[in-house]
Amino acid sequence: MKVSLFKYLILSLLIIASNALLASEEADTTKSNDFDVNEVLMHHIKDTYEWHILDYVNKNDEHVVVSIPFPIILIGNGQFDIFMSSEFHHGDKTVKRGNNEYILYHEKIYYKSENGNEHGIEYKLNDKGEKIVANAKPLDFSITKNVVGVFLIVIVMLLIFLSVARGYKKRPGRPAGLQAFMEPVILFVKNDIVVPVIGEHKSEKFLPYLLTVFFFILFGNLFGLMPIFLGGANVTGNISVTFTLALFTMLITNFSGNKEYWKHIFAVPGVPIWLYPIMIPVELLGIIIKPFALMVRLFANITAGHIIVLSLISVIFIFKSAVMASVSIPLGLFMNILELLVAFLQAYVFTMLSALFIGLAVQEEH
Amino acid sequence: MDLVTPNVGLIFWTGILFVLLLLILWKFAWKPILGTINKRNQSIEDALNAADKARQDMQKLQADNKKIIAEAATERDRMLKEAREFGDDIIKKAKEDAKLEIIKLKENAQMEISAQKAGAINEIKNQVAVLSVDIAEKILRRSLSTEEKHDDLVNDMLKDIKLN
Repeated sequence: MKVSLFKYLILSLLIIASNALLASEEADTTKSNDFDVNEVLMHHIKDTYEWHILDYVNKNDEHVVVSIPFPIILIGNGQFDIFMSSEFHHGDKTVKRGNNEYILYHEKIYYKSENGNEHGIEYKLNDKGEKIVANAKPLDFSITKNVVGVFLIVIVMLLIFLSVARGYKKRPGRPAGLQAFMEPVILFVKNDIVVPVIGEHKSEKFLPYLLTVFFFILFGNLFGLMPIFLGGANVTGNISVTFTLALFTMLITNFSGNKEYWKHIFAVPGVPIWLYPIMIPVELLGIIIKPFALMVRLFANITAGHIIVLSLISVIFIFKSAVMASVSIPLGLFMNILELLVAFLQAYVFTMLSALFIGLAVQEEH
Repeated sequence: MDLVTPNVGLIFWTGILFVLLLLILWKFAWKPILGTINKRNQSIEDALNAADKARQDMQKLQADNKKIIAEAATERDRMLKEAREFGDDIIKKAKEDAKLEIIKLKENAQMEISAQKAGAINEIKNQVAVLSVDIAEKILRRSLSTEEKHDDLVNDMLKDIKLN
């Protein structure tokens, strides 16, 4: 079984490679309606102002996009503007509010520039010589797809865990249904992640945060894997979300750090005094680096998974050949199952490391 | 670069939503859930401890029972032995009593016999005296004609006595 699966994977890769050679030969002739993988991938991974459901070309050769618009909230130039993202018509139109005229360009909102191109976009070159948008940006507090994704996770978690809590009130002794399903997971987080690194007594204070963060990441990861509507928001693969979660861990770690913790930073025991000028900055950097690693690890793992699955699906469209589906779909399925594992693994890793950092900050001298 | 640039708005909303989620779950989910689980673990431990204690008590009770049974057995043995000894004593005593009684009875009987014997001898003595007197009387009454007759009479009389 193992061998045959391996053979299948090798064969699949060979088919992709041979097709890629053929495709590169005829690429010049079909440049006009070329399938831009990069744009598709980025569109799926990045945050948007609407929940895109589908788009198609109708009989009159018009491009129709079906999507749910979300409110856009902007602060800038002494103004506070709220309007629906549908007013942009997917970037075709600008929105004027008072003195401000906003444009949507590549899923970002800018002020319209007077000396820009026909879209109102002005370019400049950065120090690497790349062309970047020079327009000023308003402060953007819009309800984006990821905000809605976070909101969905919150709703689902509230539904699940309040129901589980009700279950414990009704039958404290014998768990049943959802309660029985969640209890082993809750106990796994408690007994196998948190208690071993923080300790039975102290973990009581941090357990609610660590449980919340574990299930938040787990549900975020799982929702991200669902390709249909209400799933697919790349919440835990978004740097802002992982930044927020890592920030919470950092704040909790440093605010609950005891005397020992600070002593280890400013006067590392067993280190000669002349090394302090090196050690103190290193330890201070560690305060930032630990949560930074948390942030990047989760973001990179989830984003990479999404990119691989989307790339495999995109292969079909790049080669414009249904035959490729015989390769792409099994490989994509394989990656999706792997991502299922990663979803649990990353939730575990984030929680475990958060617990570890907190545990190190609150441990007694030994 | 866009991909790895955090967005203030998303951080703001994520932060707010996450904090709200944390607070609600803390108060209404984690506290009751973990509390109940802890309470249940405590009750399970208590029950196990109680079962252990009950088992120990049971063992102690069984040991006590054995001891009591052993004591009862020795007591019974002792009582049986005593009873047997007591019985033996009674039988022995009864035998001795019977022996003494028999001796006594024998003595009494011998005394009676000798008394009656003495009585009978006395009687014979008296009768002999009476007979002697009678013979004498008869002899006297018959006037003795001859000497021979006289002797015949005495002989006859003596014969009579012998018959008696």
